[in-house]
Amino acid sequence: MRRLAPMLLAALAVMVAACEKKTQPAPSGEGGTQAAQGQGAAPGGAPADANTILLGQVGSLTGGQATFGISTRNGIELALKEANAAGGVKGKKLSIRVYDNQSKPEEAAQAATRLITQDKVALILGDVASSNSLAMAEKAQAAGVPMITPSSTNPTVTDKGDYIFRVCFIDPFQGFVMAKFARENLKLNTVAVLQDNKSAYSIGLAEVFTRKFTEMGGKVTAVESYSQGDTDYRAQLTAIRKSQPEGIYVPGYYSEVGIIARQAREVGLKVPLMGGDGWDSEKLFELGGSAIEGSYFSNHYSPDNPDPRVQKFIADYKAAYGAVPDALAALGYDSARVAVNALERAKDLSGPSVRDAIAQTKDFPGVAGTVTLDAQRNAVKSAVVLKVEDGKTQYVTTINP
Amino acid sequence: MAQLLQHLINGLAAGTIYALVALGYTMVYGVLKLINFAHGDVMMVGVYMGYATAFALGRDMRSSLLGVAVVFAVAMLGCALLGFFIERFAYRPLREKPRLTALITAIGISFALSYGFQLDLGFLPGAAPRAFPEVIEPVEWLVIGDRDVVVWNWQVISFGIAVALMVGLQYLVFRTRFGRAMRAVSWDHRVAALMGIPTDRVIALTFMLSSALAAGAGLLYAIKDTSVSPLMGLYVGLKAFVAAVIGGIGHVPGAVVGGLVLGLVEEFVVGYAASTWRDAVAFGFLILVLLVKPGGLFGRVAAEKV
Repeated sequence: MRRLAPMLLAALAVMVAACEKKTQPAPSGEGGTQAAQGQGAAPGGAPADANTILLGQVGSLTGGQATFGISTRNGIELALKEANAAGGVKGKKLSIRVYDNQSKPEEAAQAATRLITQDKVALILGDVASSNSLAMAEKAQAAGVPMITPSSTNPTVTDKGDYIFRVCFIDPFQGFVMAKFARENLKLNTVAVLQDNKSAYSIGLAEVFTRKFTEMGGKVTAVESYSQGDTDYRAQLTAIRKSQPEGIYVPGYYSEVGIIARQAREVGLKVPLMGGDGWDSEKLFELGGSAIEGSYFSNHYSPDNPDPRVQKFIADYKAAYGAVPDALAALGYDSARVAVNALERAKDLSGPSVRDAIAQTKDFPGVAGTVTLDAQRNAVKSAVVLKVEDGKTQYVTTINP
Repeated sequence: MAQLLQHLINGLAAGTIYALVALGYTMVYGVLKLINFAHGDVMMVGVYMGYATAFALGRDMRSSLLGVAVVFAVAMLGCALLGFFIERFAYRPLREKPRLTALITAIGISFALSYGFQLDLGFLPGAAPRAFPEVIEPVEWLVIGDRDVVVWNWQVISFGIAVALMVGLQYLVFRTRFGRAMRAVSWDHRVAALMGIPTDRVIALTFMLSSALAAGAGLLYAIKDTSVSPLMGLYVGLKAFVAAVIGGIGHVPGAVVGGLVLGLVEEFVVGYAASTWRDAVAFGFLILVLLVKPGGLFGRVAAEKV
């Protein structure tokens, strides 16, 4: 027993050291090398040296929505690599520091604070889940550091203040898109709603969908809810089945939706499921299997888009990461390119100048639609509706604002 | 009526799994007075072991009877080993320290496992939830009306496995020499040691047993909900802990009753009231039980402590 104590101590020391290493930014591509140099010049996460512009990203690299953060990071990385290859911004190279928020708002806020106070980044990108972006926006606004969220669609995110922007559309629009699609294309009269009560995103979509669908003459037969991380939805689905809807709106995340689809089929619900961009992940097909076939969801972009710019992005992304980019990767890519474009136009790298430059973004050609920022700092763009067929998504239609 | 029956079946299916996990909490609490918060995460590790085994066996092999047995055996033995190491290196050195120290250590191990399994290390599947392979090919065994009530084969098989494990445990604890030693250690481990009982070995075996049970329960859970994720242990572990406390922690049949009650309460709240209320009612029920019977439904005054 006595001899064990020093051994344990040693083991603990190793673990602490390992943890220490993990919190340091993951070096990646050309941007990563720059980050490492910046760190060498001033250890402990000091601002970048004179030849680099340091950007920050906070993303859910672990936790329930891990694929969201990873896709976004890949998209951003690709955009910065291209920008650096083209000579960088104002003669300086761009580099990025990435922190994980474990899919939790508390961690997101902490990571944002760290980027602002320790790393002194010029601009923050992130996150996907609205709950996390809201927590970050608070810190960014207070510190006067511009922040662009690639794909948080909850309206309140940009309400946090004039430093917070987004390059995607907002929830009311997604709810509207699905309500219109269900009513006009699928000709449904009755729909049940199953929402995730732990997510601002899910509640927002469900609310707008319910209102719009009812306004268009449809009827919402039941509203049930679950909490993120649940894996048994049979009780809710049995109750929904009793209300006999012609479709179910499930504006949740892929991690839950896949399992919900399986259990819906199991309790005997054969009607199509509908959802939003939270479904967008390769994992959806693995988790949902054949049960998710024939379901619809609204999204930011479709890889079927023949636009050469989109196809070039898809080819580059495939070459770098070995997968077809999902919408979150596309939006990550767009957000970084909007940021680079704004940094180029800004008269200096101070918070207010960069903010003004971002706000003037107009008709910027992104891979997930053309970005024009309105007075509320939201992007105005159209949405696509995709259908799940044979384990992949199929473009169905585009719905304009 | 049909809907009531369906809810009853669903509730029982969820309840048996809570009960199995709760048994592990209760056994360890019985011998050590330690709430092993890492229990749920040991379960998660067991599910990943089963996941890897099922893939190694291949599609045809894993859904055969032998395949299922192999999946369960690998996961349960692997977890028993994990339980042994956790006890040996994390808890045993702290045995004579204040109880709080061991409790904090348990929480530490829980986090180390659930977040360690999200790391991208190549041999681990990573942070995102994965679909659990269909170890038991789903077949409808009983359909009433227009699919108003459906009983699946895996529901019946799970229930059978769970009951068998519980009966086996009951036998082990009350009918064998090892069980008697366990009960003696639970009364007072110092006195038990004086009577010549190898307390270290008994405690280690208890940990291995509870971890193996957790692996079995975890596999049933993964088969039921067709998914596996590194954070599943935290949720299931918390619910099962509540079940153990409702039943009276340290009491074997209490854990079973607590698990079944919790599973049914949750199912009926979601089915007949609002789904938003589920956790509020489940935890409210816990508070109510503790107010009326502070020792849980079966009380801690009961002589049969394990």
